[in-house]
Amino acid sequence: MKSPAFDYIRARSVAHALETYRSLDGEGVYLAGGHSVVPSLTLRLQAPAALIDLSGIDALTGISLDDGWLRIGAMTRHAEVAADPMIRDHAHLFHLAAPHVAHPAIRNRGTIGGSLSLADPASEFPAVALALRAEMEVAGHDGVRRVKADDFFLDIYETAMDPGEILQAILVPPVRAGDVAVFDELARRRGDYAMVGAAVQAMVDAGRVADISIAFFSVGNKPTRAGAAESALRGARLDDATIAAAQSALDADLDPSDEPQMPASVRRHLARVLLGRLLGHLGTTA
Amino acid sequence: MTLQDTNTAAARAPHIGQAHRRQTARRHLAGRGRFVSDIVLPRMLHAAFVRSPMARGRIVEIDTRDAEQSPGVVRVFTARDLNPSCKPWTGTLDHFASMVSAPQNILAEEEVLWAGHPVAMVLARTRAEAEDACELVMLDIEEGEACVDGHAALSGDAPRAAPGLDSNLCFQTVLETMAVDAAFAGAAHVVEGDFTFGRHTAVTLEPRSVVADFDAASEQLTVHHGTQTPYQFQDIYARHFGLSESRVRVIAPDVGGSFGMKLHLYNEEMAAVAASLKLGRPVKFVADRLESFVSDIHARDHKVSARMALDAEGTILAMEVDDMTQIGAFSTYPRTSVAEGNQVVRLMGAPYRMPDYRGRLSVVFQNKVQTSQYRAVGHPIACAVTEALVDKAAARLGVDPFEIRARNVVPDDAYPFVSATGYSFEKLSHEACLAKLRDLMDYDALRAEQAALRERGIYRGIGIAPFVEITNPGAAFYGVGGARISAQDGAVVRLTPSGEVQCAISVTEQGQGTETIISQIVADQLGVAPEQVKVTTGDTDTTPSGGATWACRGAGIGGETALRAGRKLQGQILALAGQILQSDPADLALADGHVVDAQSGTRRMPLAEIGRIATYRPDTLPEAADNSLTAAEHFAPSGYPFDFTNGIQASLVEVDVETGIVRLLKHWVVEDCGRIINPLLVDEQIRGGVVQGLGPALFEECLYDETGQMTNASLADYLVPMACEMPDIVIGHVETPTNDTILGAKGVGEAGTAAAGVAALNAVNDALSPFKAEIRQTPMTPLRILAALGHV
Repeated sequence: MKSPAFDYIRARSVAHALETYRSLDGEGVYLAGGHSVVPSLTLRLQAPAALIDLSGIDALTGISLDDGWLRIGAMTRHAEVAADPMIRDHAHLFHLAAPHVAHPAIRNRGTIGGSLSLADPASEFPAVALALRAEMEVAGHDGVRRVKADDFFLDIYETAMDPGEILQAILVPPVRAGDVAVFDELARRRGDYAMVGAAVQAMVDAGRVADISIAFFSVGNKPTRAGAAESALRGARLDDATIAAAQSALDADLDPSDEPQMPASVRRHLARVLLGRLLGHLGTTA
Repeated sequence: MTLQDTNTAAARAPHIGQAHRRQTARRHLAGRGRFVSDIVLPRMLHAAFVRSPMARGRIVEIDTRDAEQSPGVVRVFTARDLNPSCKPWTGTLDHFASMVSAPQNILAEEEVLWAGHPVAMVLARTRAEAEDACELVMLDIEEGEACVDGHAALSGDAPRAAPGLDSNLCFQTVLETMAVDAAFAGAAHVVEGDFTFGRHTAVTLEPRSVVADFDAASEQLTVHHGTQTPYQFQDIYARHFGLSESRVRVIAPDVGGSFGMKLHLYNEEMAAVAASLKLGRPVKFVADRLESFVSDIHARDHKVSARMALDAEGTILAMEVDDMTQIGAFSTYPRTSVAEGNQVVRLMGAPYRMPDYRGRLSVVFQNKVQTSQYRAVGHPIACAVTEALVDKAAARLGVDPFEIRARNVVPDDAYPFVSATGYSFEKLSHEACLAKLRDLMDYDALRAEQAALRERGIYRGIGIAPFVEITNPGAAFYGVGGARISAQDGAVVRLTPSGEVQCAISVTEQGQGTETIISQIVADQLGVAPEQVKVTTGDTDTTPSGGATWACRGAGIGGETALRAGRKLQGQILALAGQILQSDPADLALADGHVVDAQSGTRRMPLAEIGRIATYRPDTLPEAADNSLTAAEHFAPSGYPFDFTNGIQASLVEVDVETGIVRLLKHWVVEDCGRIINPLLVDEQIRGGVVQGLGPALFEECLYDETGQMTNASLADYLVPMACEMPDIVIGHVETPTNDTILGAKGVGEAGTAAAGVAALNAVNDALSPFKAEIRQTPMTPLRILAALGHV
């Protein structure tokens, strides 16, 4: 299919982008890496009057450390996320997850900010942001605000950003001693949307789980923290009994929908299996 | 000289049997391919179609007024504009007794019969503008009840899938020997199973594409058409639009894969021709991926109940099979949608000495995309049912899968042999293939490794599957049924004035290397290098008429045609050389671009000199000399109705029994396609075929909901096999040339697809055997495997 005609505007700055969006009166769409927006145009799922390209805005790029917090510019490409040493050292979960995002050609263009803004519940990075307890730096006409990941993802393709707001950067809290991260997903083909996936960030101290956050994706309308499973693990030794308890607790955490090709019961089963494997892996990694 | 002798001579030839790279590959890599979508003609219009959003309904109104006003739009056509120009087509054949199908026409008239059925055609300056206008066509369709399930469609009160049908049964047949019931009554063991084979589709790299160009001044219709069968379409366009055949030219330029999908007649191609005839302007239609999913033919869609009777020693006594093939609202034209099921019931048990058989086939209409011939027509279904039951029997008897097959295959010295289903096999090599595969895969070591890993909770499985492939079809395939589909092929070979060779031939090239092997064959007849043979295909104006490429015939029939034409030209050249050199032509031969002394090999004169004299100095030749340096030959198989090939495949898998995910670890094929013309291309054919067999075994499926909507009609949701998931494929060969031809080649294009899926199926079931779990449905999704394991 061919997309309907649209204008293209290359934004010079965040302020210019915001102003352009406002001037288009709801008919503009931001363009980051384009790997979701462009297919949606050619599939004629949306027909904006104009695309506002964010790729020329310096303020949206770059990776830096500030007071222990890692700041990842929203236009950082998936391939950079996978390769960057600062992300590897200070936001290891993103480093682990990046190779699972689609295929190399897509990772060369797709951006971390685009992925988080789109909030596809089957995407890896939103769950990673949740597990890392990252914060989103959001720019709007009223200035810049920070939104915790827990408050950012609201529903399928829906975030706490107002129309026209721009995700500028992702801020990852400082690394603590004993931090370990594990990530995996179950997909039918490499690079596909996962049947279920999970990101786990934990602090393990002398064999005990001092702290843990677990975020699942592809199990509901948004990336989902597994609070009950986390509670079952926090303060416990990472043994078989604890892992089994965490797996059982998942039923309270996840509410996947029933689909003909993937009944909710199967997704729950797969989530339990995946969690068991990740926690086993965590035990050997810590 | 007997045929056997000439086979041996062919084996000594310098280029037949050698691995030559595909001649087109370099051009394609350099970006110089010329596909239909690359063709841009002056005044050309682009077509897009408005399609039915529902599987069944009555058209109340189509309002095209807004669309006609849309920028760039030239015309909007509906059925009443285009259909009268075209004689309807009906997908039945006489040799499928009493089969029925409703007539079809270009655009839906009163009823829509599948989700995707084209109802209006927009012609605009660009495809984008045409799509803009499609959104403005207002469709008012009263939704009706759709037939989506084959069993339900056969109940008496089911709605009919198409108007005018007495029932939703397209065709039914029973094939049986005398003693089936007695065989089952006396059997020591009976194994049985119900099998479900999902729908899938071709997903060619290049989608269907056509540029129809009617020039009213010369009354000439030229259709640039991404097809495998240009002559068939020349005939169809001429007859259905009432044109003279000589004024219809079909050109198939580079074609990016076809796999059987591009030899059926589709509404959109006919619409492009009709629109061009009406407007006197070139009309281009290139299917996009989304419309490919709802308009390209789908394949398979079978439900099979089967059982197998064996004696106490594990000898197969009989099979009884009931296949229901679900085909869409119409049978396809001009080859029908019955050939698939027909081959399913006739290929059951094909590798084995099984004496008795009963096969029932029911072909059923439903309101979905049409299904029809796709690579390895019927083979994967017959092979899967047979081999899954053989494995069940082996397990029941406690016999190794290799051993039970060794006990049952037709022995290599027992040919000719007629199968219980009536197929005549000239000579197959199952025993040699079994032995070779066992060595190739180091079977005993794999079994030991499997046992060791199982102790550690790693579940690997090994599956094997012998197969028989139908190749080199004669007129028995379609011609006897009244279809204007040629079983013969033609070649014209000529020596140019510079002593080079040109070969125009009716078989066609879609990326498999047809042109390369033809050049090798012709080169060997004329003593030149393949690079000196320019092969022309795919143009009805410049190549002789013939069947082209389908059902595995390019090498076996096209190659033989080229060989015979080449030999004829060789005779002409030697005769002329004899006259020029004052020698007996019998003492001369062709080698290294020269006429040489047949005994000593001494060069007598270059071919270029023959070309020069014949072209520029015919005055120096004797009066009766034939200086045409052009030979034509047409060839159709006249011995066995088909040249069957055989082989065996094996699959090694690992099943994650907690997630249901299958990893394909390795795959082996031992194949016997007779004389191998080009081992590189043969292996490419086998590997590609294996992947197309593994795809639907694990990934590919056209999913429909209960209203007849395809729910995964995009490449994000329809999973094609990708390189990451595919195993290494190890290939071995046994060579049993056919004596039906001088060349001795049989087909190889479908062998890989025939048995790859069931090799994987048997491997998965082997892996699942400790859990007493079994899967009998493809694709083998994680969900279905988890269900088999009782996890869900």
